[in-house]
Amino acid sequence: MEAIKTKIEVADKSSLPTANEREAVFEARDLAVLYGDQLAIAGVNIDIYQRLITALIGPSGCGKSTFLRTLNRMNDLIPTASIRGELRYRDIDLYGPGVDAVEVRRRVGMVFQKPNPFHSSIYDNVAYGMRILGMKKDLSERVEKALRRAALWDEVKDRLKDSALGLSGGQQQRLCIARAIAVEPEVILFDEPASALDPISTSAIEDLMHELKRDYTLVIVTHNMQQAARVADLTAFFGLEVKSDGNRYGVLVEYDETEKIFTNPSDKRTEGYVTGRFG
Amino acid sequence: MGEPAFSLKATGRLRRRQLVNKGMGALAVGAALLAVAVLAIVVISVGSRGAGSLNLAFFTQNQAQGFNPKGGGVLFAIVGSAMLVGIATLIALPLGVLIAIYISELAPPRLARVGRMALDISNGIPTIVVGIFVFTILVAAHGQSAFAGSIALAIIMLPLIARATEEVLLLVPSSQREASLALGVSRWRTTVQVVIPSALGGIFTGTTLAIARVAGETAPLLFLTSLGTSSTADANPFHPLQSLTLVIFSYSEQADPAYQSKAWAAAFTLMCFVLFTSLAAKLTLARYRKKLGG
Amino acid sequence: MLKTITFSAAALAVAILGLIAFELARGSRLAFHKFGLGFITSQTWDAIHNQFGALSLIAGTAVTAILAIVVATPLAIAIALFLTELAPKPLRALLGALVEMLAAIPSVILGLWGILVLGPFVQNQLEPFLNSTLGFLPFFRGPPSPTGILTAVLILTIMVVPIIASVTRELFTTVPVELREGALALGATRWEMVCGVLLPAARPGILAAVVLGLGRAVGEAIAVTLVIGSQIGIHLSLFGHSDTLASRIAGQYQGASTNLQVSSLVYLATILLVISLAVNIGAQLLIKPIDRRPRRRRIALDRALEAQGLSAD
Repeated sequence: MEAIKTKIEVADKSSLPTANEREAVFEARDLAVLYGDQLAIAGVNIDIYQRLITALIGPSGCGKSTFLRTLNRMNDLIPTASIRGELRYRDIDLYGPGVDAVEVRRRVGMVFQKPNPFHSSIYDNVAYGMRILGMKKDLSERVEKALRRAALWDEVKDRLKDSALGLSGGQQQRLCIARAIAVEPEVILFDEPASALDPISTSAIEDLMHELKRDYTLVIVTHNMQQAARVADLTAFFGLEVKSDGNRYGVLVEYDETEKIFTNPSDKRTEGYVTGRFG
Repeated sequence: MGEPAFSLKATGRLRRRQLVNKGMGALAVGAALLAVAVLAIVVISVGSRGAGSLNLAFFTQNQAQGFNPKGGGVLFAIVGSAMLVGIATLIALPLGVLIAIYISELAPPRLARVGRMALDISNGIPTIVVGIFVFTILVAAHGQSAFAGSIALAIIMLPLIARATEEVLLLVPSSQREASLALGVSRWRTTVQVVIPSALGGIFTGTTLAIARVAGETAPLLFLTSLGTSSTADANPFHPLQSLTLVIFSYSEQADPAYQSKAWAAAFTLMCFVLFTSLAAKLTLARYRKKLGG
Repeated sequence: MLKTITFSAAALAVAILGLIAFELARGSRLAFHKFGLGFITSQTWDAIHNQFGALSLIAGTAVTAILAIVVATPLAIAIALFLTELAPKPLRALLGALVEMLAAIPSVILGLWGILVLGPFVQNQLEPFLNSTLGFLPFFRGPPSPTGILTAVLILTIMVVPIIASVTRELFTTVPVELREGALALGATRWEMVCGVLLPAARPGILAAVVLGLGRAVGEAIAVTLVIGSQIGIHLSLFGHSDTLASRIAGQYQGASTNLQVSSLVYLATILLVISLAVNIGAQLLIKPIDRRPRRRRIALDRALEAQGLSAD
């Protein structure tokens, strides 16, 4: 297919490891999620690779957030939610018997769309996870390390005891990232992390993600294609299908290197989305 | 891939944390079950002991006179209670609504706050103190009467009705008020003809809740109408009338089981009325709130 | 014109408050002249010799009310947690309504149930049990009795639990779900989320609810007077009889013979009024920080408090 014309500039991805060098952290096989008996997403086959940034894009309602939340078992909180198929985390069935969701969530962290710091001090926000895990030794050093990693240390080092609610939106989001990092996860999930922030804070978060990629595996849901192009190594496009009874559900349409998705997608639906013809 | 280097099962510290989690959950369930059990025990105790003594005579006769408590009923007490609560409502309802209108619609913010604080404080005054108060201003000079009892009950009902009315007044969308004022209708007519009709449902249920509350009050009536034991039919509010709650109170202090079974029967009657009225009012209130988008 | 009418109504309400305080002070004058402030520190209550004092009653009020709160608060918070976190959705409203119904039971009925049902249980099962297990403590010694401090505390607990539980439950529901999910996403168990997010967020409101429950317990006259034994004297045993301010006033309504005794009862009422006002105003001060919080929380708290129709019998 000839290259398509999009207004989206894909950042330089020359450092991307080749397909052979990549190591899978998550493997989904025919994964489906249902709420009650309503299908939400179906037949997802995808591998998420270590220390890369994977973006999930698609129109609203396509289930990208739903898929994201299966990765850290946050869908368990919804009583009617259930899954079909298989999701493996480092070759362990994530939904298998005996697997403790609390342990999963420590290893797979999450940053939410709206910054949600606890109503306590900056220090206590970062320390919360560590205290629960019993990481009492060198707490202050760990807090500092997490805040540095989240590029927030310099701005808050003199006011760690102040309320977290006094920070700006962008700072609060970085605090939430620091808080997630503090429990030493392997993966960090981002659910539209910058959609509630102004452009400057957004840019700061994106730069941070490039930094974080060195140590963590990142999966990002975003409705902003430009963001995906700037930030992600791999991009997965979720589309919408409609069943005969009107039930709309999401499917994974195409999953490939970001550059390919935005310049030379294989599927017509992908092309339609990224060129802005719909969604 | 080979053997995974770790497992996601709960071990060690996590296992302990999950045990604590489950333990706390069990305690919470236990507490809730305990509360429901106590409610059941009380209701069943009163029901089983009370319902058995109910018969037509119970509701159609006055208290037995003399030393033989067999027979006789609580007719006068029910009439008396109805008078007490009825007159109290007649006093407290209009006053309460007026106060609520002032506080929520017409008062400058500082006075509104004073008003609300006064209502909250009134709410917290022990009812026996209210009884003593009415005793000193009315009964000391004029003797006991149901009217005095009604005044005391009205004082107790006032903050309840005012608060409930204020809440529904606030729920009425301001668009309605503004539309009326924009048409040139005066402030007071807007309130009376536009706002209040919308709030009527809420005012009604708030008043019903207040009625259910004071129907069960005993302490304020102790000094004000306890001498009502006349053997002839009496519904004159300026005489002391009997009250169902006072009957229960005085009968429960007697050692004679015949009195006790009457007390249970009266308690059953009162409990049915209060619980049923409260429940109905709360359900209606919840639905009303939902309708107004509260 | 409407403004004048409604303003008068509001002014009347405020005036009644002042009038209550004034009349009570006036009614106490006789006793105050005779006993002065020493009334508050004197344990005697002797109708025959016309010697009266409030200390024994103040102690009884304090002991029963505080013990009731101590028992009721953890129970109430646990119930609120159950209703907001653990109960299956369809049952929540029903169970919540059942708990609130407990608060609607008239106190005279609880008092009747207290003497005739709870009393024998306390005398025959509970107190002997406590004596055999905890009898080394002075609180659990003495002859078992159906009436007494223990029975009164149990009855007061039953009255106070629904108040604290309802308010706490409303507060818990106003904590935004993002905060809850944030804690869980970090790998916290549900209990850890409750401790770290829910309880701290609701703390001022819970405190206010507890204080309001305290006000209820302090002012309760009828149920207490039926089950507490109506005796003067301060002692350590929970099995023993005692009396509270409200209960003594209620209990002596028939028997007050002299003007001095009547005035002493009004003096007791004044002390009771002062204590409940202090408690009530304390609660209002605790609610203040909540007024600065999101409107949702304030409305929920207002609604929960009003639903209790708080006062005392």
